[in-house]
Parts: sequence; C-alpha cells; structure tokens
Amino acid sequence: MGQQRITRAECVHVAALARLELTDEELDRFTGQLDELLDHVAEVEALDLEALAPTMHPLLFPNPLRPDTPGEVLNRDEVLDQAPYVEDGQFRVPPVLGEAP
Amino acid sequence: MTALEIATAVRSGKRSARSVVDEYLGAIAEGDDDIHAFNMVTAAEARTRADEIDGAVAAGQDPGPLAGVPVALKDNLCTRGVATTCSSRILEGWEPPYDAHVVEQLHNAGAVVVGKTNMDEFAMGSSTENSAFGPTRNPCDLSRVPGGSSGGSAAAVAAGFAPVALGSDTGGSIRQPAALCGVVGVKPTYGRVSRYGLVAFASSLDQIGPIATTVADAATVLDVIGFTDPRDQTNRLPDPKQVSDTLSDGVNGLRVGVLTELSGNGIAPDVAARLQVAVGALESAGADVAKVSVPSAIYGLSAYYVIAPAEASSNLARFDGVRYGLRVDGSSTSDMNTATRSVGFGDEVKRRIMIGTYALSAGYYDAYYGKAQKVRTLIINDFNRVWYGDKFDLLLSPTSPTTAFSLGARTADPMSMYMSDVCTVPVNLTGQAAMSVPYGVGDDGLPVGVQVMAPVQGEPVMFRAAKVLEDSL
Repeated sequence: MGQQRITRAECVHVAALARLELTDEELDRFTGQLDELLDHVAEVEALDLEALAPTMHPLLFPNPLRPDTPGEVLNRDEVLDQAPYVEDGQFRVPPVLGEAP
Repeated sequence: MTALEIATAVRSGKRSARSVVDEYLGAIAEGDDDIHAFNMVTAAEARTRADEIDGAVAAGQDPGPLAGVPVALKDNLCTRGVATTCSSRILEGWEPPYDAHVVEQLHNAGAVVVGKTNMDEFAMGSSTENSAFGPTRNPCDLSRVPGGSSGGSAAAVAAGFAPVALGSDTGGSIRQPAALCGVVGVKPTYGRVSRYGLVAFASSLDQIGPIATTVADAATVLDVIGFTDPRDQTNRLPDPKQVSDTLSDGVNGLRVGVLTELSGNGIAPDVAARLQVAVGALESAGADVAKVSVPSAIYGLSAYYVIAPAEASSNLARFDGVRYGLRVDGSSTSDMNTATRSVGFGDEVKRRIMIGTYALSAGYYDAYYGKAQKVRTLIINDFNRVWYGDKFDLLLSPTSPTTAFSLGARTADPMSMYMSDVCTVPVNLTGQAAMSVPYGVGDDGLPVGVQVMAPVQGEPVMFRAAKVLEDSL
C-alpha cells in the first residue's frame, strides 16, 4: 500500500457531512477500510481518460415530459400515518431555527 | 413444480391456487427457521389472494400467466400495508402506502405474494450477512452464505419456498446469489423494468429481475414485469421484446465470446472448469465460440465502488427520521437526523455512505467520482466494440469467482467481500442485460453459475443461450 489516502480527521469531517455520529472504534476502522478501498481504486490512475466524457447514466434518453394533467396521488393521511411525529397534517420536527447550517 | 406447471394447472382448474399456496406456506413453516430466507411471511394475505384466484377460475375468468404462482419479494420492494424494511432498523415499522410497479404486475398476472425476503441492508453486500435481522443461510449447505444482496430471494427459490422470486441487482445482487444457490437469476437491461416502488440504492445501476428454478419460469416472470410504466423515467426502452416466445430458438450460428479478463485470473479452477463445459455445450448446439478481450472490464470494481456509494450517499439522505420509520430524538433537527441515522444504519451502510460522501466532497470529486464516470465510459466503449464492431451476440464468464463461501469468512474484510462482485459489476455500469444459469457444481459439491451477457435489449438471444445451457445438463 502506498501513501495514506484518507486521514482520521478527514473521516470525522465526512461523517459530519453525512449526518453520522461514529464511535472512536468505527472511525479507526473506517479510516483503514476507506484507505484500502481508495488505494485499490487508484489503479485507474494508470488509465488515459483525458479524451473521455463522463457517463452519468448508462442509457441516455432525451428528458421526457409527461402531459401536464393531474393524475392519481398518494393519500395524505396514509402517508402521514407512516411518519414518526405528525401535527396538524404536517411532519413535526425539533427546532430548526438558530442551528448551524 | 415449476411456475409454468402451477399456472397451467390452476388456469385449467386441475389444481386450486389455495392448495398450491398452502403447500408452499407449509414448506416455509417447516424449513425457514434453519435458512431465514424471509423477513416476513404474509400467509393470511396469500391465502386470501389464492381464494380470489380460485373464485376467478370458477367464474370462468383467466387469472393470468402466473395464476396461483407463489412469489417471494425482496424486502426492498414496496408492498402496500405490508412492512418493507430493506433489512434495516431505520425503516422499522414502515408500511408503504403503495405497491411497487412490479408487485402490481405480478398481482395482475395472478401471482400470489408469500412474503418479503431477507437481504443485505439496503442491498449493500454480497452475502446477506449485512442484515439487521441476521443472516440467511445457503439451502445447499447451511454453513455457507447464499450470496447477496438478494440472498433471501435466491435461498427461498433454492429451498422450494417459492418457485419464483424477485430481486434487485445493482452490482450483481441477483446473479451472484442465484449462482451460489444454484438457481437462475436475471438482471435485465437498464430501463427494462420499472423501479417505481423499489427503494433506491444507486439509481444509475439498479434494476429489478426474476430468480427462478428454470429459464422458462424466469422468462415468464420477466415478460410479466417488463411492461412500460411512466412512473419510472428510465423505463422507456424502444420496443422491448418478450423473451418467452423465442426461448427455444437455439444458438445455431450465434457468435459467443468468452470474456478473458473475467474468466482467468482470480477465478477458482473448479469454477473455470464448469465454464469450459458450458462453452462445449454451446458449440455442440451450433454456436461459434471464441475468446474475446474487454481490457477495461477489470476496472469495473474500481469504478463501481466509487459510483455506487456516491449515488447511495445521496439516495439514503432521505432516511432522516422525518417521514418514515425510526426516529431517535435530538434537541435540534440536525441532531435528530444524526442520532436517527447513527442508530438506524448498520456497519456496511455507514461505510458506503462514508465512501460516497467522501468521493463527492469538495476537493475529491474530480479525483474519484469524476474519474470513475470516465472509466465507466471506457468500459462501455470497450463492450460496444465487441458487440457492434466484432459482432458478438453474447459473452460468457463465471458469475462468481468462487462457489458459496462460509458465513463470517469475509465480513471482517470489506475488500475481500467487494471482490465477490468482480464478474458482475461491469454489466451494471454498461446497462447491458446479463443472467446467471446454474451449471453443475464445483469441487465442494456447491453450485456454479455461468454468466451470459448480452448487449442492451439483448434479452431474447440471452434467454435462448440460457435455455440451451439448461437443456445440456
């Protein structure tokens, strides 16, 4: 294995971006495992990819538009029934104001 | 009995759907404690549905091509009012308010859902050991894994709990467990089957397909589920062909390539030996078989293990404790999101979200995600040269480098688990069709699968070859 490709500090940052709180044990383990994967993935650095366009999707269709007519939709009450907390026909969450973005 | 035999008997009134369903529910009750193919068995609903079908037959109606056929559904396919867990704690208690498109199609064809099958959490894994509800065991040898991520569906079919099942295949998750359990597994062309109601893992790769004991049963199920559905924007291939009609047309005159990069290095000798027998069978049936090189195919894993986690990290952002399933309280919304996800997701899902988030993060996007997308282009170009330049009709490789491995053998080392997918991921990246056909056993007496790959929309020819292989055993 070559140089370290991802550090523990970077893993801490990535976990925060992903809204995951990892234990010290998870952070240690994931840092090593991610590093090993990234090291394997680095094999593609040997390829000449300069002239190639990226593929986002295997089959490129022109973006289709459906007719602008109202169709069947899910029943609101049935959908809300599945949520952990609901109030006045809406999803209820803890305070969002004053939070860091 | 095969699904086709059941449907024929039920449609003609020779056998009641109820007796068929009772028989399979009995097999599940007797055998599933050992195998754990199912997360949930929907016995009462299945009996009610079977009675409806019998009522229709008695009234002179035709319930459809899968009349009375028990079907097992991977637990990432939405079933209205029936828990759909993706084998994850984060979806605890969630009962979807709608059916997946494929579930509607099966219902309309007379099939009877008998339960939801175990899987690697959110379809991330190759052994069905990453389930919040415990692993599934391989019916051929209970000390071995069934493969994954559709391991519950493959095990259910192999154990005789259902003649057919549906799985989803993002990097091999239908074909590899089918190979390891000794059944047929099909990944249709990307865009062939609507994913409406499939919980998304990696949207540019995911495809739903059948698992069955025979090629003809798999063909019948694909013909039933492969109807155009406007609710999936990718489900709009021009003129998709039915596969059942031409199933027995043989392979005489077809050009078949053995994909050298996926058939030599890293493939167990007993698996490679079975592939050679398959080559002989196709040659005997009149196919022209040659070795063919797709040099970039070996880079499939590297592209896949960036692209799939990247898309997953985005798709799984929706599991945040607001709209469905688990919520773990926090003093703010973001604390609640974090607490919910940290408790609700298992180890492998967290690992993939970490990989994907990293690959998409500022400063690393071009180095990893951007590059992986270009490797994807390279692989597509290489395959297209073989299909449209060299005029090959089909390609062959093993489905899995080895037969079923022991439970626990690869769980501590994610890279060794990822290597299980080396033969199957290229086709997800290109969007082509591929299927695994059971083809005898390896030195350990466990099933070996041969992978038949076809170009985009090449299902009819692919199924013809699969049928020839099946008949040659």
